Amino acid sequence: MSKRFRPDVDVAPWKGGHSPYDIIKEGTIALVVVGLLTLILAVVFGSPDELAITIKTWSNATPLDFAATALSELNLTSGTAQYGAPYNNASTGQQLGPLQLAKWVGARIPINTVNDFVIDPLKSLPAQPDLSTGLKQWSSASSATRSHWVSSYTKASAKMTFVNGQVTVTASDVGPLPVLINNLTEMARSGALDQALVTQAGFYTTDFTLPLLFLADGSYLASLADHQHLTGDQWGMMNETGNYPGQAWLWLYTFWYQIPPFNASGNGDVLVWGLMMALSVVLLLVPFIPGLRSIPRKTRIYRVIWREHYQSVAKE
Amino acid sequence: MTYTEIERQWTTRLRRRFVRLLPPEKLLPDTQPTYVSSWIYVFGVTTLAALAVVIASGCLLALRGPQWWHTSSVGHFVNSLHLWSVEIFFFAMVVHLWGKYFMAAWRGGRALTWMTGVVTFLTSIAAAFTGYVSQSNFDSQWISTQAKDGINATGAGAYFNVLNLGQMLMWHIVLLPLAAIVLTGLHVILVRVKGVVPPFEEPVKVSQ
Ligand code: HEM
Repeated sequence: MSKRFRPDVDVAPWKGGHSPYDIIKEGTIALVVVGLLTLILAVVFGSPDELAITIKTWSNATPLDFAATALSELNLTSGTAQYGAPYNNASTGQQLGPLQLAKWVGARIPINTVNDFVIDPLKSLPAQPDLSTGLKQWSSASSATRSHWVSSYTKASAKMTFVNGQVTVTASDVGPLPVLINNLTEMARSGALDQALVTQAGFYTTDFTLPLLFLADGSYLASLADHQHLTGDQWGMMNETGNYPGQAWLWLYTFWYQIPPFNASGNGDVLVWGLMMALSVVLLLVPFIPGLRSIPRKTRIYRVIWREHYQSVAKE
Repeated sequence: MTYTEIERQWTTRLRRRFVRLLPPEKLLPDTQPTYVSSWIYVFGVTTLAALAVVIASGCLLALRGPQWWHTSSVGHFVNSLHLWSVEIFFFAMVVHLWGKYFMAAWRGGRALTWMTGVVTFLTSIAAAFTGYVSQSNFDSQWISTQAKDGINATGAGAYFNVLNLGQMLMWHIVLLPLAAIVLTGLHVILVRVKGVVPPFEEPVKVSQ
């Protein structure tokens, strides 16, 4: 009962000789060499540590971008407000063909941009007459009235100005919105908003979901990233600040984002992820995939790898 | 000293199985088949050595807590050691991977060795990624807010929240390193159990 020998799966038992080989010595040498190389690279190149930005730095650098972003959280046009799962149900989110993966999992990290980014932080401020009146006016208004105020304010906001530390929009029929937006901007510029957004979960917290989403909704973070050649069309994710190699091993993942259909599709992320997962499974199963597992034998690159072996075989 | 093995005992059976699978001379052999002579074999052991340096420098970083390296030049230097050992680790691992591919090193019942290697590779990528988002600096702000869209689109973002520093740091310093170490251990033991894969047999005489 003899099975056929499959050259990409089976090996014949080794009938050649053995020679001394000290694996512990080899391992020790490798450890010393890698240790030294690490030391040299660390001394010569160091590592990047660009300070984190804050909502305070953002709103002081570009107060109008901040105020416009705050408004987009109120009129529900911000990235977070329209995101869908896992933050809310505003949209279906990305789909992989018929699979609405994100939507099926649902809004498990619920975020209400109006309350979480604007109203609740303002409520945490010490009482001031006009702010307290404004917040009271907001909470007692019907949702129809609120939408009316927000849309009137939004229409006029194209002419928003920032003069003498005040955000001003000339408009009527906007309820307390000017007070709310202006106070939130002042709060942001003082640094108090950074604190209010992280402490929503209590005294101890390690969760920065809210401030990060707020930052990402504005255009300041992206403009800084653009300077640092970190945006998606600049092979973003795999780079890091400065001239460091970053996560070079993500090159294939990042590559797909540079080409169609991925860079043009609204479902780009899930398409790239689906593709990378499929490719990972292929890599995992290479030993079992006919064709793929024959490439090594057919290209004969192994002859370079085992050069000494084949030379000695040739001599015999 | 006399020594008698107790028959019909779980412990004895387990020990016998271990010893049969991996006798000491196979675990720590002092010779190798003659074909084991190529620069390519350096990369497996280099990956292993780099992993050791990654873990050691990570442990040093852990000593004074996650904010230390932002405020201390010693801390920053330890961070540089950690970064560069990771770069060496991935470089060596990728060369190792391609080397093993072109040697078709899964032959002769070594498919599981290949597969544990691939899973270690993917685990290491996740470990490095959580490291980047745990740095608590501008890079982590940007990388996490970008990466969230990919992970959210798969539905996994609801449970694996890259904007949650505490969660990412835990994955980076506990769960993923643990997985990488266990997988690497398994991988290396499998290599020892199976021995190093022999070259393709070439019946044709090679003209030099
Ligand atoms: C943490 C990552 C890894 C470590 C520390 C590691 C370490 C090692 C070591 C020390 C060896 C024995 C020496 C050698 O043949 O080079 C080996 C063999 C092997 N590795 Fe890895 N490896 C890793 C990842 C991978 C990956 C990503 C793959 C492929 C996808 C892989 C596939 C293999 C195979 C197939 C062998 C058996 C080689 C043979 O029999 O000649 N390994 N590995």
